[in-house]
Parts: sequence; C-alpha cells; structure tokens
Amino acid sequence: MDSRVRIKDHWNEQRIFTQRTLGAAVVIAVMVLTLIGRLTYLQVWRHDYYAELSQGNRVRLDPIPASRGLIFDRNGTVIADNEPAYQLELIREQVPNLNDTLRRLTALGLIDRDELEDTRRMIFSRRSFDSVPVRLRLTDEEIGRFAVHRYQFPGVDLATRQTRHYPYGQLGVHALGYVSAISVQDLEHIDRVTYAGTALIGKLGIESTYERSLHGKNGFREILVNAQGRSVQREGAFAAELHSQAPIAGDDLMLSIDLRTQQAAEDALGDHRGAVVAIDPSNGDVLALASKPGFDPAAFARGLSRAEYAHLSEDIDKPLFNRALRGTYPSGSTIKPVIALAGLTYHVVDPNRQEFCAGVFHLPGSIHLYREGKGGKHGYVDLERAIAKSCDVYFYGLAANIGADHIADFMTPFGYGQLTGIDISGEKPGLLPSPEWKRKAFKRPQDQIWFPGETVNFGVGQGYLLVTPLQLAHVASVLAERGRSFRPRLVTGVRDLEGNVKPIAPAQVPSIDGIATDAWDLVLRGMKGAATYGTAAAISKGAGYTIAGKTGTAQVFTVGQNEKYVEKNVAERLRDHAWFIAFAPAEAPRIAIAVLVENGGFGASSAAPIARKVMDAYLLHETTSPATEIAVPESQASD
Amino acid sequence: MIEDSGYARTRRTLSASAKLLSALNLDGPLLVGLGLLALYGLAILYSASGQSLDTILRTLIRLALGTAAMLALTHASPNFLRRLSPWIYVLGVMLLLVVELTGAIGKGAQRWLNLGIVRFQPSEVMKLAVPMLAAWYLHDRPLPPDLRALLTLAVIIFLPAGLVAMQPDLGTAALIAASGALLVLMAGLSLRIVVLLLGLAVAGAVGGWHFLHDYQRERVLTFLNPETDPLGAGYHIIQSQIALGSGGVFGKGWMHGSQAQLQFLPERSTDFIFAVVGEEFGLIGLLMLLALYLFIVARSVWLAMQTNDTYSRLLALSLALTFFVYVFINAGMVSGLVPVVGVPLPLVSYGGTSVVTLLAGFGIVMGLYSHRKLVGS
Repeated sequence: MDSRVRIKDHWNEQRIFTQRTLGAAVVIAVMVLTLIGRLTYLQVWRHDYYAELSQGNRVRLDPIPASRGLIFDRNGTVIADNEPAYQLELIREQVPNLNDTLRRLTALGLIDRDELEDTRRMIFSRRSFDSVPVRLRLTDEEIGRFAVHRYQFPGVDLATRQTRHYPYGQLGVHALGYVSAISVQDLEHIDRVTYAGTALIGKLGIESTYERSLHGKNGFREILVNAQGRSVQREGAFAAELHSQAPIAGDDLMLSIDLRTQQAAEDALGDHRGAVVAIDPSNGDVLALASKPGFDPAAFARGLSRAEYAHLSEDIDKPLFNRALRGTYPSGSTIKPVIALAGLTYHVVDPNRQEFCAGVFHLPGSIHLYREGKGGKHGYVDLERAIAKSCDVYFYGLAANIGADHIADFMTPFGYGQLTGIDISGEKPGLLPSPEWKRKAFKRPQDQIWFPGETVNFGVGQGYLLVTPLQLAHVASVLAERGRSFRPRLVTGVRDLEGNVKPIAPAQVPSIDGIATDAWDLVLRGMKGAATYGTAAAISKGAGYTIAGKTGTAQVFTVGQNEKYVEKNVAERLRDHAWFIAFAPAEAPRIAIAVLVENGGFGASSAAPIARKVMDAYLLHETTSPATEIAVPESQASD
Repeated sequence: MIEDSGYARTRRTLSASAKLLSALNLDGPLLVGLGLLALYGLAILYSASGQSLDTILRTLIRLALGTAAMLALTHASPNFLRRLSPWIYVLGVMLLLVVELTGAIGKGAQRWLNLGIVRFQPSEVMKLAVPMLAAWYLHDRPLPPDLRALLTLAVIIFLPAGLVAMQPDLGTAALIAASGALLVLMAGLSLRIVVLLLGLAVAGAVGGWHFLHDYQRERVLTFLNPETDPLGAGYHIIQSQIALGSGGVFGKGWMHGSQAQLQFLPERSTDFIFAVVGEEFGLIGLLMLLALYLFIVARSVWLAMQTNDTYSRLLALSLALTFFVYVFINAGMVSGLVPVVGVPLPLVSYGGTSVVTLLAGFGIVMGLYSHRKLVGS
C-alpha cells in the first residue's frame, strides 16, 4: 500500500537513467570490442587459413582423360583408334535422391533395367565427387531424350568422351582384345587417382596386356564450381588463378599383325569354329592370330547389356573363347615331323628302310590293334613317304622304338607343354605327357602306370598330348628355321608422343642343337612331300611357291576297336578336329602357320585350304579368288 | 543578393532543411544515419542477391512503407502513444493467438498472418507493443520498480515472448524479451536481482533443454562445435566464417565474394548478409557498418535522454538498445560468437516486416524527442 502512494522522485529517476545509460554504454562498448576482436581474429589473424578454404570450396579438379594410344598393323594401318561419343555421367554427391534418379533414368530408357544394380554398385564404388559414367555411347535420339528432361536430373550430365573405335570391326578381335567400362572388379587393382576420369579399360589381348602403355596420363583442370558443385563460367571474375595440366596421350602400338593376312585367315575360317596363327619364323612376329567365331569389340566399348553379354558368353560356339591361345587339342599327326626328327636323332630309324604298312599295327606282347586313322593301307613306305602320306603304322612303330621318355625330352625344346611366351595374356600351356608326368598327375597307383600302348599313340599325336594352335604355329616356325626360334610377339614397337618409334627387339629362345642337317633335310622333304604328293597334295596347286606342311586329325570321339570312323555317322560336334601346319616358301620360309578347324574332320580337306589362302595373302599379297578355290577330292584326303 | 556567397546559401539551405525536419518532427542526424545504413544495405543486398533488381525493388517498397510508418509515428505525442499502448498490446497478443491457431505456414513455422494482399508477422508488432506497455506500466510508478511491479512486468514481457517462442521463432522471442528486459533494466532494476536472474537463466537453460525443438538443440550444439557436422547443421557457421576470414582486411571487392556469389554461403541475402559485407568489403567494411550502427544507437540514446517523462525515456531507450542487441546477435551469430538464431541484420537483411517495425520504432523515438516538454530555461 505504501509503495502505491510513493511519490515519484524525478531527481532520483534522472539519476537512475543517467547511471543506467552510462552502464549500458560501457556494456555496449565491451560487446562491440568483443565483436571487433572476433572479426579481427577471423579476418586478419586467420585470413590465410580461410582464404585457402574459400579457394578449395570453389575450385574442383576436373580430370581430363588422356587419349588412348592407337594400334597399327605392321603396315601402319590403324586398327584401333578413338572417336568422340556422348556419355551420361553422374556425380553422386550432387544427386539429391540417387535411387529416384536412377529409377527415372531407367524409365527414360537410358539405363537398362537389368543393369540398375550394377550401375548403383559402380556409383558407390567411386568417390562421391567423381563423375561416374552410367551410360556410354548415347545415340542422337537418346541425347535428345535426356536433354529435354535434363533439368530433372541435377548431378547428371552429358559428357563428350573419347571412346574406342575399331575401323575393321571384328577383325583381329582375339588378338586386339577390347575395351569396356571399368568394372567394380577392375577398381580393385587399378589406381583410382590415375584412372579418375577414365571410362574404359582394356580387356583381353593387346588392349589389356598393354593397358599401361595405351592408357597414358590423365590431366586435370581446375574448374570453378558453385555450392551445388555445378561448373560455373563467369567472365574472369574468379577464373584468374585456375590451373590445369594437359593429359599425356597413351603410346601407340605397332603390331606384327598383317591386316591382309589376318583378313584372309578370318575369311577362310568362315563359319567354322577354329583358329589360325601365322608367324614370321625369322623373328617371331605374329602375322595373323584368328579365332572364330569372333565378336564385335565395339559392343563392349558401347556397353553391353546383361542380356547381350549372356548371349555371347552362353553361345554354344563360344565366341569369347580365344581358341588360338586357349584352345587345347590333341596334336594329331602334326607331331610326326618332330617324331621323325627324334627317331633320327636317337638313331633308332634307318630313313631309307622300307616298312610295310598293312593298315594295322600290332604291338608285340599286346592283343590291341592300332589302326590307320582313316583306314586303308600304305604298302611299303620309307620315312619321307611316311611323313608325306602320314602313315600311322610307321609312326606307331617308330614311337615304340624311341620310347616315351625320349619323345617327351625331345619335344620339350619345341615348346610343347609350355607357354610360348607371346606378349598377350591368357595363353594355355597345353600338355606334354611323359611317364614321369603320369606318375605325378594321377592319384591312384593303377593310373600312374605308363602303358606301352600310350607310347604308340604318342607317335601319332593322340592320347594325353594337348597343344594350342599358337604352340603348333610356333612348332612350325621352329621346323622352318631348323631349330632356331623366337618368342611369338604381337607388338613390334611403341611410338611415343613425339612420334619416335621404339622398336622391340625379337626375343630369340635357345636354339635346338644336336639335330643333324640330314635329319632336317629329310623332314623337310617329307613335309614338302605332304604338300605335293601326300595328304595335302592339292594345297600346292598353282601356288607359285613351295609349301612344306603336315596335316593332322585330333580325335574327339573314340572309335571302338573293330569299328571304322565314318564321318557322316558322327554328330557334327563329335567329329574330329582338323589340323594343318605349314611353312613357306619351303626353302626360305617367310611364314609358318597352324590352322585348326574344330570338328573339321580331316586336316587335308578343311584346314589345309585355309592355310593356303592365308599364305597366299601374305606371300603373294593377294587373297585367293573364288575361281582358284582349292577343292580337295575326298579320295585324296587320307590322313 | 549580389554578395550572396556560397556559405550563406548553404546556411540558408541548412536552416530551411532544419525547419522542414522540425516541422516533420524528424531528427536530422538520426535520419542521415538511417539513410546511409539503408544505402549501404541496398548496395550489399544487390551483390548478395546476385544482382537481383527484383530484390532491390521489394526492399525499396519495404523501406518506403517503413518510412511512412516512421513519418506517421513522429506526430504521435507521448501522451497519445501512452494511452494507446495497452490497446496495441492487447491487439498484438490476440493476433499472436490467431496465428497460433490458424496461422499460415511459412518455412514450417507459424509466424505469418495472411491479410489477403499483405502477409505480416504479429510478432513484429510485439517488438514495439511490449516496451510500450512496460513503459506505460512504469510511467506512474516510482522507480526503481518494486517486486510487485516486477512480477507484473514479467507477465507483460513473457506472455507474448512465450507465444512467439511457441511458433517457434526463438530469435524474435528473444528480441521481444530483450526489449522488455532492457526497459526494466534502464528503469533501475536492482543489480542484485539482475545477477539472480542471470543465475536463474542459466539454470533455466539447462532445464529448458528438454523443451527445445530438435533443430533448436542442434543449433546450440553446432554452435559449440560446428566441425562435427560440416555438411549439416554446422554448414552455416563454417561457411560464414570462411566468408568472413577469406575477406581479410580489405575484402574481395563488391560482387567478387566467391563464398556469396557461388552460393556456398547459405541465407546470404537474409540472416547471413553480414558475412557478405565481411567477404566483399573486408574488416574495413564491417567496421564502417558497425560505426553506422553505433552512431544510430548513440544518437537514439541521446534523443531518449533529452525526453523528460518516464514513459518516453524508457520506451526510447529500450528501442535504441534493442536495436543494438539486434546488431550484436546477428553479427555475433555470423562470426561464431553466439548460436545461430534467426535474427536478421537490422535494415540490411532482406525480407520480413522487421524493416517496417524498426523504422516505426525510430519514428517513435524521434516523435518522443520532438514532443518533449521543454523544462528549465
């Protein structure tokens, strides 16, 4: 109550106001000084630190992919180059809702529904600010479709990138390999910094083995970005101190492949499943390396859908399978020249002695009958004629006389059972059997025994022996050079940015010693005989150069003891594989070749004509015209 | 008129201006200060908005509205204002309740009242209504206020502040409470009670933690340690400090602040425009800005001291000091001294009705000054 009637004391009030105002002034001064202190700390003391942060904020490194090295054939024809293509790229950290974005891209038909999961995994395997290609090689129509909806896809953009282009399509695909989008698995063994900005990586063949040379060194450019990470171009305002580094293109590769010969090989194989390998015996240059069927490497660079890939990989003809390097088959009679050399070297055969061939061989102490492969009988044959006519009976006996251990020892330096060391990966070593090998390879004691009959079969290239077409081409080149040989190679030189070609010297492997000149001469005569009056007599018709060759048949289907192999009674895929090895010109060989035709039946009828076409293409610089098509009469084909 | 010198002409112009100002009940220095601030604000806003003329136009309209309110209020006599105070307050609280119940949703919070053509924030009205009613209440009472008066004042202040805090608009609620609290402080609130209240406030802050919204808690937490969440809640603070720090002493130049121009700085034309000033004009630009603010505050305080009735003094002082609190909270929040609360930089930040309220407030200050009773000589 008292307070209510308290009289207002104006003097006192004035004093309160003055005091409080002064107090407020002091507090304000303290606050302002605190603020100025804070600002000074930020803007003067910590200026450098924040200036750097601000720079880092707005500048982003944008990788510039290096242009992939070109690939040339031996004549300088480009067989792999680059061409620009539009691709769709996505930067994860800029996409507001990744799942929704991917779903809508799928709805637009820009990502295949089956690939959605793979794409998502791919995106998450890269750094969040990397631009990840989600779709390669858009068509014009697709570019248009995306452009219309672009505003709905923040963080997704069209980018022009170089993509791989193969001017000759499928030609040489098994030698070249292909490139495809970098997969999650690839990321585990490549350096992500080196590959930032790279979309494609080599797979198989040259593209894979020489990936390091071809890839080059990516450059970068600092770009100005706003807070959303979008690149912004504003006239000069902030662009002054932006740096960049030009990419260094990959090295160009000069191949040993002769495109004309390669083309002839693939054409000649036609629809057959098979392989052709042609080597220059004087230096190991691979002139042609063909495996059929092939596939279109461009499809991989474009991006293969799951279904397309499944179609390729599940194809019964195995188009992705490199038969030349990885297909292993019994050598068949192509082994005979080497067995003959072994017999001569071990002095277990008199080359001039005539042996009688009655069509059946009987191993002493065994009731098993060893038949001529194609039936029939050769009568009296000496060693040269036995090679030319491919007399099984003769070689059954010869092999038995040499012995399995000696055969295996003798064959080793020819490269059987070993990698040839060709400069692309994936090669298979095949198998050179021996009694010792058999002891090691099998578990059960009864399987470890080498039977005398196996030596007999060894002499005609059946049984456990497995070879690849590349190996047999190598063997042919060794025969052509009389024991001298080189590691097969596809790349003969590397051309750097300045255009300097650094040649790669041929790699000679130790020559085979201890084989008499007479022995080489005799085998050469036998192989020339095969191509003139023997099993492949038709091959030399109108050739204009001499050919030394040898046919072979690799059994797929075991013929019963008393049965006769009748081609038309056997299902196509159970038919024998046909082989032909050759070199030409016989006196001064420039090309050594091995041809395999899967289920081709007899070597003379299906494989030898292919070899002729390939040799013609290389030696005569022409392809065999249909008019001179080599027809092999059934009656002449005896293997 | 032959010897009419430039000096004389200037004098005549000045005295004519003074006459005009006094006829309009305006204070020249304060008006110049506000005008310079508005120009500075427009310049920086042009840059911060990315050269948006639309933004400038809208701001000019708001400034015009505010100036109109200012001119109108300078004519209100202290007695008229005082008698009006309770009605404004009651109206304001009712509007707040309406907003609370049916308010349109703006930015996820209920702050706006849609009047068809104009949307306005009743909470802005309370920034003026609370000190007006508090001054009205203390006008007839002896100072310093006794306990009973203090309790009444507490209700006057915290009823609207609480309603605004519930919207939830913590920044405005804090400013409303500050305007009332500063008034009570100027009225001679015992310093013992101040200390006691501060203690209670700390205790209340700890206790009130549970009543905060998640985003409010986050703001406090990230203020304490912004680096824990650089892309989330800490982003504002980190980016604004980068903007300030990279500006250095002289700044990067008008429209050359990369933080602002490339949109790294969020809310760059509204709550964080202070950072744009710091980035583009550097420490020097900020000191000039602070100097302008201090001049306005000092001039307002001086005007308040010249009035001689309790109502006028308390109200004018409260408005002047609240203005400073505005500046300090905004600058402090941008530079990382105080937590991020949604307080715009007065007369510079884009948007809101605060421009109108602030200019109206200065209109009141000028009016109270020009209607003061001249005592003494």
